[in-house]
Amino acid sequence: MRKFLRNLTEKIVEGILFLSSTVTTLTVLLIIVFLFREGAGVFSQSPVEKGFVIAVNKDNPIQTLTSAQLKLIYDQEVTNWSKLGGKNDSIILFRLDDIGNYYTEDELGENFKNMPEKLSELMDKNSGMVAFFSDKYLAKNFRGRVLKMSNTTLKEFFTGKEWFPTAQPSAQMGVLSLILGTLWVSLGAILIALPFGLATAIYLAEIADSRTRNILKPLVELLAGIPSVVYGFFGLIIIVPAIQKIFDLPVGETALAGSIILGIMALPTIITISEDALRTTPRAMKEASLALGANRWQTISKVVIPYAMSGITAAAILGIGRAVGETMAVLMVTGNAAVIPHTFLEPVRTIPATIAAELGEAPQGDLHYKALFGLGCILFLITLAINITVEYISGKRNKTSND
Amino acid sequence: MIKFADNRASKQRKENLAFLTFRIMSYFVVVILAVIILFLLYNGARVISWDFITAMPAEGMTKGGIFPAIVGTLCLVAGSMVFAFPVGVLSAIYINEYAKDGLFKRFVKLMTNNLAGIPSIVFGLFGMSLFVNTLGFGDSILSGSLTLGLLTLPVVIRTTEEALRSVDNSFRQGSLALGATKLQTIRKVVLPISFPNIITGLILSIGRVSGETAPILFTVAAYFLPKLPHSIFDQVMALPYHLYVISTSGTNIEESRPMAYGTALVLIAFVLIMNIIANLLRRYFSKKVKMN
Repeated sequence: MRKFLRNLTEKIVEGILFLSSTVTTLTVLLIIVFLFREGAGVFSQSPVEKGFVIAVNKDNPIQTLTSAQLKLIYDQEVTNWSKLGGKNDSIILFRLDDIGNYYTEDELGENFKNMPEKLSELMDKNSGMVAFFSDKYLAKNFRGRVLKMSNTTLKEFFTGKEWFPTAQPSAQMGVLSLILGTLWVSLGAILIALPFGLATAIYLAEIADSRTRNILKPLVELLAGIPSVVYGFFGLIIIVPAIQKIFDLPVGETALAGSIILGIMALPTIITISEDALRTTPRAMKEASLALGANRWQTISKVVIPYAMSGITAAAILGIGRAVGETMAVLMVTGNAAVIPHTFLEPVRTIPATIAAELGEAPQGDLHYKALFGLGCILFLITLAINITVEYISGKRNKTSND
Repeated sequence: MIKFADNRASKQRKENLAFLTFRIMSYFVVVILAVIILFLLYNGARVISWDFITAMPAEGMTKGGIFPAIVGTLCLVAGSMVFAFPVGVLSAIYINEYAKDGLFKRFVKLMTNNLAGIPSIVFGLFGMSLFVNTLGFGDSILSGSLTLGLLTLPVVIRTTEEALRSVDNSFRQGSLALGATKLQTIRKVVLPISFPNIITGLILSIGRVSGETAPILFTVAAYFLPKLPHSIFDQVMALPYHLYVISTSGTNIEESRPMAYGTALVLIAFVLIMNIIANLLRRYFSKKVKMN
């Protein structure tokens, strides 16, 4: 009996342990489900704000418009329907504020109670008119035609350069500038961090005596422990004004500021991983090199570094991964302008910074909210790709070192 | 012969130059760290006082203290650890002691690595979607703690696993040979030996969690809330978010600058102390093990 109870406890404990070990897997799966479920909503919802309609004359042959086309119309960059595949008729823009140009207040009646009827009349009379108004003014027997807006497509989402998720009449959901901004800042960061990180790793692994190492190593770990918001604060107060002064810019919040801060933040990752890689060089190889008359530097540059190359690559890629996902520091120092960057001295906006800055203002279920989850999906996929690459590289390395 | 000597001298010169460069570049990394810490210490020390730590913020966060933010951060740290520590340790025990080498183990490890690589803002999105909206916890300590707990879970698992792996197999075999069951071996032999390293990992992850901002932005953090929480369903202020708010979007950025320095110093002091404790513990225990 006692033995049975003991076996039972063993089994129960093992079960609990097993369940615990599945938590990380479950979390990853849940993150995927929640992120992509919300994110996919971007492609199944009209870019026109809920409760508003776009209307045209019923004889207008245009059936659907994309968000980008509507923007061109309302920016008056397109003034003729023929440009959009319709008939040769100039476009007459109508916003609700323009109603005074067509009807007097008396005609509209008390509390605009005649508004639906007048709008209907207006749309009927003007063949080239396009109107944007609230659907509460949509008459029952509306004599115009409510235009169907095509949803944002995957291609538009990724190649669109305009990120105006709350724009009227129609939201612009192009994330290209955000993706480029993220990559731009991250690559800059790695260009700054890699030389210093690699040098420190080589110094720690091959050159420094054990006393220096015992001091330096914890300091590097400390650098990793500083919260990102503190880095952001430091960047905001020291680096941003310095850049503004040195390059004589109107604002110091630039891609460069972001790259410098991210570079510092990526240092510990790069140092730790490449140092580990450098340390795996077999002693026999180093000794053989020294025995052949090579000095220590030749041994490091010709034997140790080539041997650890895949590990160093993994370190650089992981460093980029850290930089891509970093939120607070970037949010505080890069200026957050959603434009495609051309130099390092312009403000940029990254994907994480966009999510952090805008999610608070996006109501749940709104298109904007879903678009931000879409951005989260992109971020997730980028980091997943980075992790898999690193896994592949280090897996290959383990194999070769076992041979 | 002369040429040979020449060659050697140039070889030596090259080596000296290379080593010097590396030394300077690594010291530069330390200088960066020193600059950041001294800068915060210099500007923050003037602000820190007993009042600053124990008073409520006042006058649009330009005066007063940061007491609610400190309490909030402590709540979040405690909450996330209550979740992440048991789950993480149990998970690591299963992976290291029970799971056989094979597909399942590799898969779980891969997933843990992936979870560790997911950016913190994505955890924020996920936490908001799952805990705040779907489960209806709202912006609360519970939502924030769970989000932070999931974020730090891979760290706890990894450090615990390392601690367990450092226990020599002969201990396990000895215990099993004496007739102990697997569970008894783990409880009486493996865990006591690896305990110091597990605790060190726990302290380090506390340091990490206390500085995280992005995951709490939309799950718990309050912009301004000069009172203490009463239940786990209350919102709280938190040190990192407070620092973000008063340095970028406070009511009066210039006037609240001293408060920002003070907050940054308190935050970084907390992280540093956690790091130092972890390092001291590690050193103390490794000495003790050697003596035994």
